[in-house]
Amino acid sequence: MQYLVSVIYDKSDLATSDEMAAIDVFNERLQAAGHWVFAGGLGAPDTATVIDNRGDEPVFTDGPFVESKEHLAGFWIMEAPDLDVALKLAAEGSRACNRKVEVRPFL
Amino acid sequence: MSVVEVRDAITQAHREEWAWLVATLTRRFGDLGIAEEAAAEAFATAVERWPADGIPPNPGAWLTMTASRKAIDRVRRENKRDDKHKEARMFYDGDNDDPPEPLGAIDDERLRLIFTCCHPALAMESRVALTLRMVGGLTVPEIARAFLVQETAMGQRITRAKAKIKVARIPYRVPSSGDLPARVSGVLAVLFLVFNEGYLATGPDTEPIRHALTAEAMRLTRLIRALLPEDGEVAGLLALMLLIEARRGARVSATGELVALHQQDRATWDAALIAEGHRLVRERLAAAAEGVAPGRYQILAAINAVHTSAREAGDTDWWQIVALYDQLVRLDPSPIIVLNRAIAVAELDGPEVALAAIDRLDDKLAAYHAYHAARADLLRRLGRGEESRAAYDRSIQLAGNTAEIAYLRRRRDQVE
Repeated sequence: MQYLVSVIYDKSDLATSDEMAAIDVFNERLQAAGHWVFAGGLGAPDTATVIDNRGDEPVFTDGPFVESKEHLAGFWIMEAPDLDVALKLAAEGSRACNRKVEVRPFL
Repeated sequence: MSVVEVRDAITQAHREEWAWLVATLTRRFGDLGIAEEAAAEAFATAVERWPADGIPPNPGAWLTMTASRKAIDRVRRENKRDDKHKEARMFYDGDNDDPPEPLGAIDDERLRLIFTCCHPALAMESRVALTLRMVGGLTVPEIARAFLVQETAMGQRITRAKAKIKVARIPYRVPSSGDLPARVSGVLAVLFLVFNEGYLATGPDTEPIRHALTAEAMRLTRLIRALLPEDGEVAGLLALMLLIEARRGARVSATGELVALHQQDRATWDAALIAEGHRLVRERLAAAAEGVAPGRYQILAAINAVHTSAREAGDTDWWQIVALYDQLVRLDPSPIIVLNRAIAVAELDGPEVALAAIDRLDDKLAAYHAYHAARADLLRRLGRGEESRAAYDRSIQLAGNTAEIAYLRRRRDQVE
């Protein structure tokens, strides 16, 4: 079972070096315990481009698909047997990156 | 066999077997929705068949067998429709690094069910609805009526919660010992919320006290007490409910007005419930004497034990009540607890001291009717009539319980 753990943030500054160090430690723990699938940080929402190719030709729009106060700053994809384990890992992740996170199951 | 006998047998089986039936079916078929529907179908079949065939010698076994057949039929139908359903099974026990609580006293299927329904990843209102449906066996229309929500909305709430349990894979198991205290406290919060809604119903069109809800909350708390007999907070919550419920008959006057504790006719209190509540409180006091720190429900139960020990309101041991509130504030310094402590302080140190303490809560409790009601009473005792009436007005605007509003109006009109 895989879970997407999204990092939610409302400012544009990047992780501090302390936060980066804590994230590294956490990631190593994920890898050692077999929970690691993938993770990454994302550029700010204003670096996003929206593409709609449902019509005759693709339409490109500068900016994120939805303007909101909070945005997706990064994510983990974790392997976990159930939600209790995923929630525990996500709680550690939130502590490590010093931001709120959201957990969603993959179908 | 008479119709009444059959009806009573079905009612009794429903009360005794429903939770166990849903729990064992969930374990066997790995799906809460299938378990719920199969259990409901089994009872519907009993209603059809028992009047003609007679009450089976072992109703529980009959229901289990009938429900299992219904569940198998349902799984077959769904598998034909969608092979993927075979994979969408719930997940329980064992396959996890985290050792589950050792089996024994608490190895009851119903506990797994309760912990799943009260999972912290579900919204509080979903936990309440799901617990009443799956563990309590209330129907969706009954739960909708209880919480003054439209039936379709309540149905959707339960369906959504079941879907989340399945898709996000909320596990079907008793939490590991490390998580157990926090999870038990989550279950107790659900049951206390159900009890409180019954005890002080908030709707403008409902009865002021709804016994069906308080009774169901107590029944489920008794069940958890039987499953977790060593847990002090479970005992504390049960004692608290018993000691509050004991005063039910005295709480609303013949004219539908709330009666304050010090004005209640103590002869009408239920002596049996009080005796049972006091027994539980004494049991917890003995544990506390051995160094087991009591949690909030145990302290609240002890406060209610002091109240119910006084023959007359004037005999109330306010010193002990304030001491218990001091203990509670150290555990949970929330403004509502501080407010209740101040109300007790008024009886010990006078209204002026209490008012000073209450006024400090204004920024936190300005929207809480009981805060203004407490202020109004203290201002009245201090002879500040105009301010008292204004505080009563504010309290009446914010209160939701019809009997309480009637009481507050009369108090306001009596202020000189």
